[in-house]
Amino acid sequence: MKGSVGPVLAILAVLVAVWYAAAVPMNVKEVLTQAERDGAVIEPGSAAERRDVGRWALVFSNVENLGATWSSERSRLPAPHQVVAELWKSTWVEETTGRRGIVRSGSLSNRSLVYHGGVTLGATALGFVIGALAGVLLAVGIVYSRVMDMSVMPWAIISQTIPIVALAPMIIVVLYSIGLPGLFAKAVISAYLSFFPVVVGMVKGLRAPDHMQLDLMRTYSASKSDTFWKLRLPASVPYLFASLKIGIAASLVGAIVGELPVQRGGLGARMLGGSYYGQTEQIWAALFVAALMAAFLVWFIGWLERRTLRAMGVQA
Amino acid sequence: MKCVTARSLDLTFQTNDGPVHALKDVNLEIGKGEFVSFIGPSGCGKTTFLRCIAGLEQPTGGEISVNGMTPDAARKARAYGYVFQAAGLYPWRTIGGNIKLPLEIMGFSKAEQNARVTRVLELVDLAGFEKKFPWQLSGGMQQRASIARALAFDADILLMDEPFGALDEIVRDHLNEQLLALWARTEKTIGFVTHSIPEAVYLSTKIVVMSPRPGRITDVIDSPLPKERPLDIRDSPEFIEIAHRVRDGLRAGHIDE
Ligand SMILES: Nc1ncnc2c1ncn2[C@@H]1O[C@H](COP(=O)(O)OP(=O)(O)O)[C@@H](O)[C@H]1O
Ligand SMILES: [Mg+2]
Repeated sequence: MKGSVGPVLAILAVLVAVWYAAAVPMNVKEVLTQAERDGAVIEPGSAAERRDVGRWALVFSNVENLGATWSSERSRLPAPHQVVAELWKSTWVEETTGRRGIVRSGSLSNRSLVYHGGVTLGATALGFVIGALAGVLLAVGIVYSRVMDMSVMPWAIISQTIPIVALAPMIIVVLYSIGLPGLFAKAVISAYLSFFPVVVGMVKGLRAPDHMQLDLMRTYSASKSDTFWKLRLPASVPYLFASLKIGIAASLVGAIVGELPVQRGGLGARMLGGSYYGQTEQIWAALFVAALMAAFLVWFIGWLERRTLRAMGVQA
Repeated sequence: MKCVTARSLDLTFQTNDGPVHALKDVNLEIGKGEFVSFIGPSGCGKTTFLRCIAGLEQPTGGEISVNGMTPDAARKARAYGYVFQAAGLYPWRTIGGNIKLPLEIMGFSKAEQNARVTRVLELVDLAGFEKKFPWQLSGGMQQRASIARALAFDADILLMDEPFGALDEIVRDHLNEQLLALWARTEKTIGFVTHSIPEAVYLSTKIVVMSPRPGRITDVIDSPLPKERPLDIRDSPEFIEIAHRVRDGLRAGHIDE
């Protein structure tokens, strides 16, 4: 672990540098327009002419007026420090000093990313539990029933080829019209994305025992359930955790996608809301929270995996 | 009483390349308490015959009985323990846990399970290793643990398919000695598949020489060696004479082709 910190930081530094560099041409047009309004001399002299000039050309012909590209209020691509500032503002500052923050109102503010992150996390967790359970059950069915083996797998694969963004609104509308709460609709979408890797991994895991191990069980005249609980299931554990890691990341994506069409809170709602109102900092801040959450969730599954495998005596 | 009786046993596998005669007209009797080795080149049906005894394969002709029953019935009556070439211990169970596996399946009580684990671990010289995990043991120790697992439920027949095939010569000698001691103490009937002539001669009271295509028995040698066998018996004239006969049997099987 220790040895990997250096390279990770180096890559992070490169990414941040690229980001700052990219922010200059991305924001140059808006910044120059503002500067012109404030009385600066811009080359070429009107917004209409500038429309046809390349961004890089504008950057090089107006080097002395670029100061605001990293601090403009309405940037196309906010600079990293602006995103960090927004993150800080919409979490700590909002909750501690905001009128609706937890300190002053006793409940989380619906303008804070803590609140929206929590909404998304809830849907992710519920969807993941449903998806993982469904995945494991389907895998057991596939391994034990020829009919399910032939019939379920093709459908599972087809289900994953349908773009979730197209499917999500329909799922939401249908579930909403039969009176199920929004959390459930989001969880369904999230489960829809996460069951598939679990099915694939679990089928592989349950089939991992080789002929010899199965023959050994036969010499004991072991029942099917003994073979399942004592051999197939324990043998599948490493495969299960590998697919749970993929599954939980997919669950988070599902929950966010499920929040896009309905503006009822959650990181997805913040992202779409941000794009409606040109609040790019808000979009990026929500994206960062989502990414941090994904990293945490995958780490959490990895932690569970290490604990479980250690308890099972597998060599670390 | 005869432990295993095979009469004109045939087993033909239907494969994509046509039928494979894994066993053809095999006749053999194994008496109670015998140590029988099966030796022959790869593909002569040694494994298949052992699997027939264990009821893991269905013969396509002839008859086989184990303790006077069909192999399936004998298996349900816990007549045999099977030891494979690889130890095949479950990595997620301790050595004790692995030995308990058949005991759990067969429904022994917890106290009985513990007592048996202790007893069979002593038999294979692994006392004190109960709480270790398989990866903490050497290959030879793992194979001994797998023998203990096969002994745990008091089967009176032990079927071993090249159990020491993957181990080096020195470990193998040691395990052969221990296996003989164990056989003398427990009075089990042992069916033992091997590739090695010295191993077969050293261990067995009866050596079954087989040859392939079709898989059949070409010679059955009753060993005149005493039951008590120190390792250096392998330099004695009797030993060398039997080894010669086995070698001749193997060669004759080849000339037939
Ligand atoms: N399940 C099977 N299906 C088809 N052929 C098999 C099967 N098992 C064994 N055989 C064939 O039967 C013959 C005897 O095999 P085996 O008993 O494993 O020989 P040995 O153990 O003496 O090396 C070989 O030709 C092998 O390819
Ligand atoms: Mg074999």
